[in-house]
Amino acid sequence: MKSVLKNNIRVVITGLGVVAPNGVGLQEFTKAIKAGTSGITFHQHLKDKGFSCCIGGIPSISEEKKLEYLSPLQLRGFNSTSILYGCMAAIDAWKDAGFIVDENSNLDYDSGLIFGTGTSGIEKFRESIYKIDDQKVRRLGSTSVVQTMASGISAYLGGILGFGNQVTTNSSACTTGTEALLLGFERIKYGNAKRMLVGSSSDSSLYTWGGFDAMRVMSYKHNESPEKGSRPMSATAAGFVPGSGAGALVLESLESALERKATIYAEVLGGNVNSGGQRNGGTLTAPNAEAVQKCITDALIDANISADKIDAINGHLTATSKDGLEIENWTKALQRKGSDFPLINSLKSQVGHCLAASGAIESVASVLQVKHQFVFPNINCEDVHPKILDLITKDKIPQKILEKKINFLAKASFGFGDVNACVIFKKYSKV
Amino acid sequence: MTKEEIIVKLTTIVKPYVQNEEGFKNMNEETDFIKDLEINSANLVDIILDVEDEFKIEIDNDSMEQMLSVKATVAIIQEKMNA
Repeated sequence: MKSVLKNNIRVVITGLGVVAPNGVGLQEFTKAIKAGTSGITFHQHLKDKGFSCCIGGIPSISEEKKLEYLSPLQLRGFNSTSILYGCMAAIDAWKDAGFIVDENSNLDYDSGLIFGTGTSGIEKFRESIYKIDDQKVRRLGSTSVVQTMASGISAYLGGILGFGNQVTTNSSACTTGTEALLLGFERIKYGNAKRMLVGSSSDSSLYTWGGFDAMRVMSYKHNESPEKGSRPMSATAAGFVPGSGAGALVLESLESALERKATIYAEVLGGNVNSGGQRNGGTLTAPNAEAVQKCITDALIDANISADKIDAINGHLTATSKDGLEIENWTKALQRKGSDFPLINSLKSQVGHCLAASGAIESVASVLQVKHQFVFPNINCEDVHPKILDLITKDKIPQKILEKKINFLAKASFGFGDVNACVIFKKYSKV
Repeated sequence: MTKEEIIVKLTTIVKPYVQNEEGFKNMNEETDFIKDLEINSANLVDIILDVEDEFKIEIDNDSMEQMLSVKATVAIIQEKMNA
């Protein structure tokens, strides 16, 4: 049963931040997704370690850039890209929302954060394990715990921003970022916070990616042509390409946003999080199709809109053999197919699968589309999979940027553990 | 190594951890790491690791607990170096 909150608190997005393989910072990222710029490159260290897939998406960040976000003290013994990316995206989003970041700011009980990750600082973990095995446990110093605890990212940010509301980390595999967004949305909706900074991050590390390589779910066919490697919805899709980075969004009650005269990117109209329980075809690694469809339809119910209103979908669409099933699930959940299907795209064609960070980075991309009224291009699917063309027409999968009126956009993420999340964004209007 | 030479090296070591610049400017033998320099207590273990590397000594747990001021730290460094 769906519980419907009997209040009229509206939740809007007032700030965005992103660290992605094809663009660091909102401006660069917006430019990149509009142009369909690939952030996938070849990585010799993957090849040296014997990976089948030697390509991936790693954001490019200089040492000077790091110092804009973290102090020299914070960077001493620092070895966690997920915390770095998360801090950068979140600080950018908070500033973008019109706040200042000051270590002496007053404690803000009205603002909280939910920032997810899969594992935290896996390279730091490795470093620590080697020291311990070498009987040098005392050489860990003070930096190991805070960088390797799952909530390291929220702990760093809570202190940098001085938040006094809930400060926590969620983790639900590739659903993490979208789930964080919906958790923050609910907290504001319940009247427990005015603002929630939400997002997720994922390390750039062969130790994060290795297990997926071993499962043969990553593409090994494009080591010579990295930019062509990530091919969601393509007939020649050969597995996902690993990515990394972070995305962050400032959610705020409409009342608070109007009071501050903040820029409003979009409204979060509603959403749903569920699980397929690894039943009816669902497993630890494969989705229960029925639950995926229910997640989407329940999101529409929560948002109180009908399926025909959806103008665009930002899918999960990883470039594995499951893309066709995902499209089928969308067609069934929305009861729309062929030329009646909404426009659909996958950011993974440009940045790869950023795993725990994917939901947040892709939500940032989705919100930018709603704000600036465009649909970014899918790259690498000039050869759309025939199974997908049996379900929807080819023009629903734009290969070039489309300037388009988008009132309602659905964004979904699905993750290992048979978990699902779907959120409905709406172009902001007063009523 | 003289006491003064040790203090010079120690000053470089603690610098990145200092949160009170005024206290750091006036750093002397009587300076307390936490009270005067406002160093985060969690960072004291990092300072000790840096001291071990700089002076090529090893500091045991009992000595570590005493290393809260410049004076005590200098004394322990001298003791370990002469051991």
